Amino acid sequence: MKIHLKIWRQKDAKTKGKLVDYMLDEVDHHMSFLEMMDTLNEQLILKGEMPVEFDHDCREGICGTCGMMINGQAHGPVPGLTACQLHMREFKDGATIYVEPFRAAAFPVKRDLKVDRSAFDRIIQAGGFITVNTGQPVEANTLLITHETAESAFDSAACIGCGACVATCKNSSAALFTSAKISHLAKVPQGEKEAAKRVLKMVSRMDEEGFGHCSNTEACEVECPQGISVLNIARMNWEYTKANLLKD
Amino acid sequence: MELDAKIPAGPLETKWSQYKAQAKLVNPANRKKLPVIVVGTGLAGASAAASLAEQGYPVTSFCFQDSARRAHSVAAQGGVNAAKNYQNDGDSVYRMFYDTLKGGDFRAREANVYRLAECSLNLIDQAVAQGVPFAREYGGYLSNRSFGGVQVSRTFYARGQTGQQLLLGAYQALMRQVSLGKVTLYSRHEMLDLVVVEGKAKGIIARNLDTGLTERFAAEAVVIATGGFGKIYYLSTLAMGCNGSAIWRAHKRGALMACPSWTQIHPTSLPQSGDYQSKLTLMSESLRNDGRIWVPQLPDEQRAANDIPEQERDYYLERRYPSFGNLAPRDISSRAAKERIDAGFGVGAQRNAVYLDFSKAIREQGKDKIKEKYGNLFSMYKKITADDAYAAPMKISPAAHFSMGGLWVDYELMTTIPGLFAIGEANFADHGANRLGANSLLQACVDGYFILPYTLANYLSGELKKEKITTDHPEFDRVEKDVVTQLDGLCDIKGTKTADYFHKKLGKLLYDKCGLSRSAEGLTAAIEGIKILRTAFYKDLIVPGTADEINSELEKAGRVADYLEIAELMCHDALSREESCGAHFREEYQTADGEALRDDENYCYVSAWEWKGKDSLPVLHPEHLKFEFIKLSVRSYS
Ligand SMILES: Cc1cc2nc3c(=O)[nH]c(=O)nc-3n(C[C@H](O)[C@H](O)[C@H](O)COP(=O)(O)OP(=O)(O)OC[C@H]3O[C@@H](n4cnc5c(N)ncnc54)[C@H](O)[C@@H]3O)c2cc1C
Ligand code: FES
Repeated sequence: MKIHLKIWRQKDAKTKGKLVDYMLDEVDHHMSFLEMMDTLNEQLILKGEMPVEFDHDCREGICGTCGMMINGQAHGPVPGLTACQLHMREFKDGATIYVEPFRAAAFPVKRDLKVDRSAFDRIIQAGGFITVNTGQPVEANTLLITHETAESAFDSAACIGCGACVATCKNSSAALFTSAKISHLAKVPQGEKEAAKRVLKMVSRMDEEGFGHCSNTEACEVECPQGISVLNIARMNWEYTKANLLKD
Repeated sequence: MELDAKIPAGPLETKWSQYKAQAKLVNPANRKKLPVIVVGTGLAGASAAASLAEQGYPVTSFCFQDSARRAHSVAAQGGVNAAKNYQNDGDSVYRMFYDTLKGGDFRAREANVYRLAECSLNLIDQAVAQGVPFAREYGGYLSNRSFGGVQVSRTFYARGQTGQQLLLGAYQALMRQVSLGKVTLYSRHEMLDLVVVEGKAKGIIARNLDTGLTERFAAEAVVIATGGFGKIYYLSTLAMGCNGSAIWRAHKRGALMACPSWTQIHPTSLPQSGDYQSKLTLMSESLRNDGRIWVPQLPDEQRAANDIPEQERDYYLERRYPSFGNLAPRDISSRAAKERIDAGFGVGAQRNAVYLDFSKAIREQGKDKIKEKYGNLFSMYKKITADDAYAAPMKISPAAHFSMGGLWVDYELMTTIPGLFAIGEANFADHGANRLGANSLLQACVDGYFILPYTLANYLSGELKKEKITTDHPEFDRVEKDVVTQLDGLCDIKGTKTADYFHKKLGKLLYDKCGLSRSAEGLTAAIEGIKILRTAFYKDLIVPGTADEINSELEKAGRVADYLEIAELMCHDALSREESCGAHFREEYQTADGEALRDDENYCYVSAWEWKGKDSLPVLHPEHLKFEFIKLSVRSYS
């Protein structure tokens, strides 16, 4: 199939970027989207041009590294997928595809489609963990956790930190990402004890990093490749209010 | 050179506790004077960095991804083993030790493997304490399943995302130490060389992948936790960035490499569909608990799977290995698949696959039950292939998956360079010539959480009074210059072929000649082929741009340059081992019915290789394995 690409090219955070046109004549519909990008890059390199920089690693939808806006949607048109799992069979022969980086003030562009998502790590550093040293934990089965609780904690823990929620949110809010971690840890008994401190610290860190506020448009849930639910945000708000009320 | 594995004396059961009791400690006040570098933030690196920082050593940690959470460990699906015997099915530390040793075809150290099984108990406790949401029974107790190659249920899992959840636990512990100021984290940094001063590891040179500039880091010990190099085959189940560069550069600075040719080829990957393909996706081995593997009885069968009647199907694993059947260990299952595919019974468009069929399980247990167990895998399969595996069998194929070889380490996980440690998949590990499913996450975790914190302290206690080296030392100048020269050199070739081109060629060559089966003839040809490819690489590579900017092509080129050398060592290693064991199947050494023929008399050793320069042959230093506690037996699964 033939594909017409309009890709965002930008040298670095300071330089202005622009959309550049590329044509690919022989795209196999079994290719993944990133394999299609590889094919383009191979051609650019052989012509002596710089290839399009984009982040990726596992190509299995689990590491959260890849991330780009494809036709205006984070990770492209198919719900529940990362860009690396999108396949060219989802596009029509002759289609024009716009490819741009995730855009948010807290995610500055590094080059082309690569952005800096380290703000997410700093949110986790603020409290997204359980304070336990390594080496001498208690026997695991002394801590009973019901099947339902474990499954529900897992639903929140499954976040891959890709940033699609931020990129798709009109306020560039990191509420879905942050709330997923807060919920995961608040739901299990190991994490309960620190829940109040954790939510206060993580939420304030999120604000400091320059993410916007959540105004409940729920676009994040729609775009999340892992199907993380906005109920996590409700849970975060509840934990936050509770923590503030009971704070001494 | 005599290799000393430093295995503690005494009974198997007490070796590790004896070691711990006798290992030297470092006074807490002195620990802050002993900085440590940990390269890699996968399960091994993150757990080690967090544990060492907790103890008070200043830790500097590195990964090439944009975040420490993205290491390859995140992709592991199936589970992690521990001999907890929660299922009361007869499991024990000893049984796990035995299964692992036998699974590895008696080519690993007894003491290491026993310690792995022993520490497995604590790992589950550790992960649960960190909040890892493992699967639970309705009563609240932890749940288990069984995994390829064993007959007890000792695998703990978090749906099909066990690696992700374990890694997040370790990553969060690491982030906690970062926030406390005890770990300095350098993401988007790639270690490109090791600095050795007076015979000891004292630092690294890393390239900042955002600026392209090389940077120097000094420490009193360096820990390499950079994972496996299976991506050398190009098509593999590994993440795209996985590479062998850190271990290889350390090797060229004097660390021996052990058993580099032992590669696990996983039986349940999705088959290759075209030349453009960049990787192969693994389908969790847990599928083999309910899926039956078969091929048509007629070669070149054209009918769709569902149109082939039962009596015209060949359930070859059940036929050849009746007591393990579809759960036969990975090397055996992969080889059996290759045998059928090569004999012309392969299925799919490229005739390179076998069927993994759930129809019986669906009939007996209902679709809902199967959906509950494997739903995410079935939907992943659909996303990639556009096929519905509830309606027709999956197509699967063997793919390179895991490197059992790596840097040689002693019982303390120290390489032959004092002060240089290697943990996780980067060392030659405790898996022997084959790894049983779910043992790798375990090994990566226990190395980092439970073993290194003791053995590294034992080493560091001796360094306290020694003079401290800084990055001003002339050796840092020299090594940094080597790195810069290499990077600029790659940019300056300005040929006509990309790094991927060479990587693909190398991968195909290795897969054919040093993959599922090997022969002296094939390996000799491969060594010649690799040499030719390497010469072409340095003549005809094209890397756009320069070294002092973001340049992922340059990153790739550096990794391929190393692969082109590692590949040759792999072939030498495979050629020198004139026996078949585990994942190493030498065609010349097989039984009448095509099973691996081991030679304990002559090859019961770990092969450790010394680098002698690029124009010289590597030198073999065998570490002879002593089996004091078990008797070697023929590894039979039939
Ligand atoms: C698809 C798949 C499924 C698997 N499933 C299972 C399973 O179910 N059970 C099981 O036990 N095992 C499984 N494995 C194997 C297991 O995941 C790995 O062996 C294990 O996670 C390795 O951990 P590690 O910490 O040693 O390395 P990794 O997790 O690979 O981490 C390597 C780290 O090193 C860094 N790094 C590498 N090179 C450099 C460099 N030069 N400079 C700086 N940083 C560098 C990377 O950034 C990364 O942080 C699976 C493997 C695959 C491929
Ligand atoms: S590359 Fe890992 S999620 Fe896409």
